Amino acid sequence: MSQVHVTAKINGDTTEYLCEADETLLDVLRNRLGLTGAKEGCGTGDCGACSVTLDGRLVCSCLVLGAEANGRDVRTIEGMAHGETLHPLQRKFLEHAALQCGICTPGFLVAAKALLDKNPDPTETEIRYWLAGNLCRCTGYDKIVRAVQDAAAEMRKG
Amino acid sequence: MRYETPGSIESAVALLAQEKGRAYVLAGGTDLLVRLRGGYIEPDLVVDVKRIDSMRKITAEGGGFRIGAAVPAAELGEHPGVRKLWPGVVEAVELIGSKQVQGRATMVGNLCNASPAADSVPAMVAAGAIATIVGPSGKRNLPVEEISTSPGKTTLAKGEIVESILLSARPPHSADAYLRFIPRTEMDIAVVGAGVSITLDDKGVCKAARVALGAVAERVLLVGPAADALIGSKLDAAALDKLAAAASAACRPIDDKRGTKEFRIKVAGVLARRAATIALERARKS
Repeated sequence: MSQVHVTAKINGDTTEYLCEADETLLDVLRNRLGLTGAKEGCGTGDCGACSVTLDGRLVCSCLVLGAEANGRDVRTIEGMAHGETLHPLQRKFLEHAALQCGICTPGFLVAAKALLDKNPDPTETEIRYWLAGNLCRCTGYDKIVRAVQDAAAEMRKG
Repeated sequence: MRYETPGSIESAVALLAQEKGRAYVLAGGTDLLVRLRGGYIEPDLVVDVKRIDSMRKITAEGGGFRIGAAVPAAELGEHPGVRKLWPGVVEAVELIGSKQVQGRATMVGNLCNASPAADSVPAMVAAGAIATIVGPSGKRNLPVEEISTSPGKTTLAKGEIVESILLSARPPHSADAYLRFIPRTEMDIAVVGAGVSITLDDKGVCKAARVALGAVAERVLLVGPAADALIGSKLDAAALDKLAAAASAACRPIDDKRGTKEFRIKVAGVLARRAATIALERARKS
């Protein structure tokens, strides 16, 4: 099987890799590029633990082929903080203890950021529906929703 | 497996037609990749149609809209023109999976995956949507209800690709609606789905209607008698009763853990009635 040569922007950096034609973007990120923030929970698009953005659009990286990313802009959890400075969502998740085991957290953060980029002032219902594609088996969802609300409020103040 | 990204529909068709092994079209991939990764299919060729410009666009056409086969659900939902003209189709598309899935999944993929429970299909059938198909012998148009025959099976020939879906112009006082039943609030497969599209005259009498049901047969059903129950009425209680009875009568559902046969038959009538009521409110305002 011949490998596919891909050039993609990943978190702003032009990145080249070779991957198998049937390899997912999630496996490319984790196994070839060392970006292990995105997790494989289900591999079928139900859990959202592998959430990334592709050309600004929130997607499950387990349902994208690595080859499809050629010429595209991919953003992962690794690109969310600026150096040592956490994104407000990341800070608020810590403050609200909105995680326990942490497996779902990168997906929740990427999905929540995609929501706030589109809608800086979502209602609680909008947050819950938006995050319906992210499953957490530890905390229940309440602290996660509070953390997103709090981060949104802080970000609106600028 | 070979992965190809043709730049035109003609080259996509040629790739599919010439392939001797198992060939698949990749649009959003939210069904295809699950089957690929799960080992249910072993493609020799996957043709990604997302690099074909004409298939990535929503274009105005004759007062309606042509939706390219590679347009993701999220993009359709952001299109104010389509939302206004065909609110039922858009609300059905926005029920498919999660926001992540909607970032990729396409209406044509939902159609060609040929699940009888596909959410956007009853809405498209009710809307009278037309699929434009391109294949080795040229282009043809087909009503969407003639695409799927049974779970996973379509009438498309080897090398044929659905290029786009046409949602036509509407007369005044027209609207549509889609409802589905699931045991949860989000992220589930329809136990029953109902799409209704109506046109009223100036006096509020229904002069045209289409009713379609999902997840109650081996494919999505266009239910003529249910539409006939509405035509000539003002969608009063008696007409809605007839609609519900006709919808239930058309069902031949499976009996499984997500819904018994009896339940699906009953709920099909209930949802058809409620969807018709929503379409009526919308039509009065349009």
